[in-house]
Amino acid sequence: MRYLLIGLLALLAWPAQAALNVFATVPEWAALAREIGGDRIKVFAATTALQDPHRIEARPSLIARARNADLLVATGAELEVGWLPVLQREAGNSRIQPGQPGYFEAAAHVRLLDMPASIDRAAGDVHASGNPHIQTDPRNLLKVGAALTERFAALDPANAAAYRAGHAAFAERWRANLARWEKQAAPLKGMAVVSQHKAWPYLYDWLGMREIAVLEPKPGVEPTLAHLSRVREQAMASKPRMVIRAAYDASRPSEWFAQEAKVPAVVLPFTVGGSDDAGDLTTLFDSTVARLLKAAQ
Amino acid sequence: MHRVFPLVPAALGALAAFPVSAASAADADLQALRAEIAQMKQSYEQRIAALEDRLKQAEAATPQARASDDHSAHREGGRADAFNPEIGLILQGQAKSMKDVPERAVSGYWPAGHAHDEDKRGLSLKHSELILSANIDPRFRGVARFAISRNGEVEVEEASVSTLGLDHGLTLRGGRFRSEIGYQNALHPHQWDFADATLMQKVLFGAEGYRQDGLQLKWTAPTELFLQFGAELGRGDRFPGSDRNKNGSGAGVLFLKLGDDVGASHAWQAGLSLLRTRASGREAHFEDIAANEVQGLFSGRSRTAVADFTWKWAPNGNPKERNFKFQTEVFQRSESGDFSCNDSNGTSTTCANTALGGLAVRQSGGYAQAVYQFMPRWRAGYRHDWLGKGSKSFDAGTVFAALDEGNAYFADYKPRRDSVMLDWSNSEFSRLRLQYARDRSMLGIVDNQWTLQYIMSLGAHGAHKF
Repeated sequence: MRYLLIGLLALLAWPAQAALNVFATVPEWAALAREIGGDRIKVFAATTALQDPHRIEARPSLIARARNADLLVATGAELEVGWLPVLQREAGNSRIQPGQPGYFEAAAHVRLLDMPASIDRAAGDVHASGNPHIQTDPRNLLKVGAALTERFAALDPANAAAYRAGHAAFAERWRANLARWEKQAAPLKGMAVVSQHKAWPYLYDWLGMREIAVLEPKPGVEPTLAHLSRVREQAMASKPRMVIRAAYDASRPSEWFAQEAKVPAVVLPFTVGGSDDAGDLTTLFDSTVARLLKAAQ
Repeated sequence: MHRVFPLVPAALGALAAFPVSAASAADADLQALRAEIAQMKQSYEQRIAALEDRLKQAEAATPQARASDDHSAHREGGRADAFNPEIGLILQGQAKSMKDVPERAVSGYWPAGHAHDEDKRGLSLKHSELILSANIDPRFRGVARFAISRNGEVEVEEASVSTLGLDHGLTLRGGRFRSEIGYQNALHPHQWDFADATLMQKVLFGAEGYRQDGLQLKWTAPTELFLQFGAELGRGDRFPGSDRNKNGSGAGVLFLKLGDDVGASHAWQAGLSLLRTRASGREAHFEDIAANEVQGLFSGRSRTAVADFTWKWAPNGNPKERNFKFQTEVFQRSESGDFSCNDSNGTSTTCANTALGGLAVRQSGGYAQAVYQFMPRWRAGYRHDWLGKGSKSFDAGTVFAALDEGNAYFADYKPRRDSVMLDWSNSEFSRLRLQYARDRSMLGIVDNQWTLQYIMSLGAHGAHKF
């Protein structure tokens, strides 16, 4: 019994790791944190690009990781509302509770689109604070990156200069990338497209594309065949050029639409790791722009 | 600050309406005033125009600043829901077809819980649950759940406060809560994958499960493998214990949980829990040798050990399309103490505060269930319940001189039940379920049960545990 107690005390006094321990809910914030923090931080991504971030199980492994985190980086805007609160409550970690410096919400630092006029669950899985899929506009990463850098600096003042330098280097590269992507994507401007889930308003806003229809009848609700037929009839008048889905979406609805409407079905990586060629933030948008351009040919 | 501004135009309005005695004011004065006002007006208009220009420039230069202004209402973690506290309501009802058995006691097992909670034949309303929860301040979170029965009785299902900021992986909870003994017990009925409680839960704690009025301390180890220790101290007034009007704690629970992922597609959790409590004059219905209804009473210690294992699969960890869940629990209960019988009506000749000697019982059993979501919205599941005969040792001569040997409790029987279910969820907030069960939990009865059930949740609906 005495040894057990000593063992428990030893575990309690586990030396806090020198590196800032970052728990990112989705891969894009993990990648962004790595760009800024480099080796000075330890990053864990709770989900992969093949998982729907709305529907994640509060698995034991996630509780174990949240317990040791110094900083929790979430998207916010209710994206993780179905699972993150369980992790925060079960982790026994005051640092990552809402309102604490160790809790960071990316959506609080950008302009949100698609604010619902009314909040009624009859409209499906609507997000009261706006569409949470902000990472599909690369300009948002600059804003989130700047805020995240300051959070790193506040939590780990000893390395503040290094974080700021890391961010400055990232921002410089990113601005050059932005100019390149925007030039490449110029032919996409004004193009009419159909989406499977309302996951892309920020991407369309960035590239000036027009979403003429969404396959899901309500956000988060699988489309039926009858609904798809109706969408097809309505959408054909506007001559869509492609139908777009994320790597984690079911393939059937957009494949069906592509076949019926004789347009290409495009799978975009959506986040880091969503396709083989989207291994980091830069290649994520390289791949996204390339896939869109290919489908538009 | 903002509240001050509406006052300014109001005050100006009042001044303007003030009856000015025109006759007494000299024309020159009036003209001077008018000139002054015109001058002020011009100067203010110029300044306003200049400010508007600056604002436009600033907006054009820093879209970021504008963006954050637009959404100053959205703050980090400022809301878990539009309500504070979060309010949720669970509505449940069912249609059930089953045999008409007056007292549904599992043969060979001491009847647990209240008989009035039993399912009814035909159409009935299951209890509705009202849930209020909120973070109280940065350190505490409170949850209250009220169960409203079909008769309108309100019961406090849960009323607990837990800490958010103890750190070191510690969480302390106090009040009334569902004990984390085993896996299924901590789940609320609306989270169950089948329409009714497992036979194991029914005989261990009653269909409603084991609730503690007390304290719970949990510690999560700082390891990448999920490792959690928990201890609960409670009043111990619920079956298998009984209220004993004493100082200190009446029931203790210890549990250990382990869990991890295997690749991206698999996750598991395993646990081991122990409950120690005592009963004093714990009552159950018996028949004496002359078929009078009497009370059998048990006083003594009760120990329960539960092992649980849960395994979940989803392709690439994305459960939206297809997913699978396997869950099993086994238990062993041992009780030893004194057995007696009594007749509150005073008609029984053999049971009148009659001591029946010692009673030592050791019983075990469990269940295993699998639920598969084969396409979005649709799930199918199978559950097998089994209970062992176990061993009971008592002085047969004394006991059967007072009580009828035919009482279900003395049956030498292995209760079994097989259930299959199919459910459809339009969204995560609504579910319809059809269940068929072949219930052989009562000696000599094979009960084919059909249940058609709905579970709806309104308002804030908290995230579910693994």
